[in-house]
Amino acid sequence: MVDKRGLEVSVAIGEAVKLADADVIAAYPITPQTHIVENLAQLVADGELDAEFIPVESEHSAMSACLGSAATGARTFTATAGQGLELMHEVLYVASSMRLPIVMTVANRALSAPLSVWGDHSDVMSVRDTGWIQIFTENGQEVVDNVLCAFRIAEDHRVLLPVMIHLDGFHLSHMIEAMFFPEQGEVDQFLPPNNYPLPLDPNKPVTMGDFGPPAIYSEAKWAQEVNIRASRDVILQCWQEFGDRFGRHYSPVEHYRTEDAKVLLLTMGSFSETAATAVDEMRSEGKNVGLVKLRLWRPFPFDEIRQAVKGAEVLIVLDRALSFGGPGGPVCSEIKSALYQQEKSPKVVSFVGGLGGRDIQVADFKEIVERGTEIAEKGSSREFEMFGVRGE
Amino acid sequence: MAKSESELTWQDIEVGMIATEPANARQYQTGTWRSQRPTYNFDRCIKCGLCYIYCPEGCIYQNAKGHFETNLFYCKGCGICAQECPTRAITMAEEEE
Ligand code: SF4
Ligand code: SF4
Repeated sequence: MVDKRGLEVSVAIGEAVKLADADVIAAYPITPQTHIVENLAQLVADGELDAEFIPVESEHSAMSACLGSAATGARTFTATAGQGLELMHEVLYVASSMRLPIVMTVANRALSAPLSVWGDHSDVMSVRDTGWIQIFTENGQEVVDNVLCAFRIAEDHRVLLPVMIHLDGFHLSHMIEAMFFPEQGEVDQFLPPNNYPLPLDPNKPVTMGDFGPPAIYSEAKWAQEVNIRASRDVILQCWQEFGDRFGRHYSPVEHYRTEDAKVLLLTMGSFSETAATAVDEMRSEGKNVGLVKLRLWRPFPFDEIRQAVKGAEVLIVLDRALSFGGPGGPVCSEIKSALYQQEKSPKVVSFVGGLGGRDIQVADFKEIVERGTEIAEKGSSREFEMFGVRGE
Repeated sequence: MAKSESELTWQDIEVGMIATEPANARQYQTGTWRSQRPTYNFDRCIKCGLCYIYCPEGCIYQNAKGHFETNLFYCKGCGICAQECPTRAITMAEEEE
């Protein structure tokens, strides 16, 4: 029997973590992630999930506790957002460098100041280079599915890396949606028990997080780089098998009505749903517009991006974060660099918008496409367009 | 450990650079950091063992005659032993090279 239920996405994450049978959850509540942690604490307290819930005093401690937990071979989960992600920043590098499989959902939130609890991707971009596998999600079903996939990817012995699942704060975290939940037996078949190769064990002592003098540091970092690049194949394999079993398919870059599209819009996260509606409307108005959605943020899907935009004349990228004094939206600048050496590539126009929880609606996306196409034709003196900002 | 640290390739490194061999720091020659070495005048030494207690590197040992001496493989040349010796039996000498 198919289990289909309407739940708040934050609560659905708890269901996914329960299905994955996590052993340890160490987390600190922060808006807009609070419901995720609150619900997990409840599940553990009610005995519905047989796990240790560690109520830590900060996000720095949350991630530190996750390191210890993952090092013992326990299946480990946490969640955070915005300032909380920033507070755990230095520990994020330790998790990936020590190759500890931790799964974390991030309810993407803007960074202070001014104080904002609302969503954007400033927090995502600040942890871009921390060595975590990072996946964007568009709706609740994708979050649930990818939390299950994340454990399998992270714990795969060819990977052994932490995974972040990004979901837009409020726009997605607080949405109530109908979702399918696989049965426990199906999940158990899909997700084998965690079997960390060198866990902390008093009978077989090891040293983790050792000192790395100049003679060995570069080798350690290169090993890590080779490893995250190679994780791509395991991620693809995992999504393939997930699709075969459960009928929902994922890929690093996804396309919506891109066939013969001259103008492409590129988005990530929950705004892609609205962008898709805008594309439908523009198509019915006879405009040749399509949508490309970036799902896999790290490792960056260079080939898939090149392939996805190949035939287009204009590519408009909407970032929900600013790189102050930099080349425009952070995602757009990576896409530009991925396309730079190509013989033929579309003109790329960078838009930044949807900051600090500001909505971008269907009509706004249509305006972005219109203005982006114009800029691609006529050029602009600006590195990027700041969409919807008041003032000349 | 078959290879020394400066010979290891990135493929040789254990996952997450985990050290599987306990106490392999023993192979780490901290003596190369030294610019001065402690020298002993055993005639002055009263075998009190203070240098042994104070050495932060734990590299001072008692020889067969009961005098205290330094293992130069590990000695970093900090000079604490010479500072603490009550009889000035230890003098720091410049390393030539
Ligand atoms: S110089 Fe420092 S390290 Fe060397 S033996 Fe003396 S106290 Fe120990
Ligand atoms: S501190 Fe001086 S006197 Fe005491 S054992 Fe060491 S060298 Fe000898």
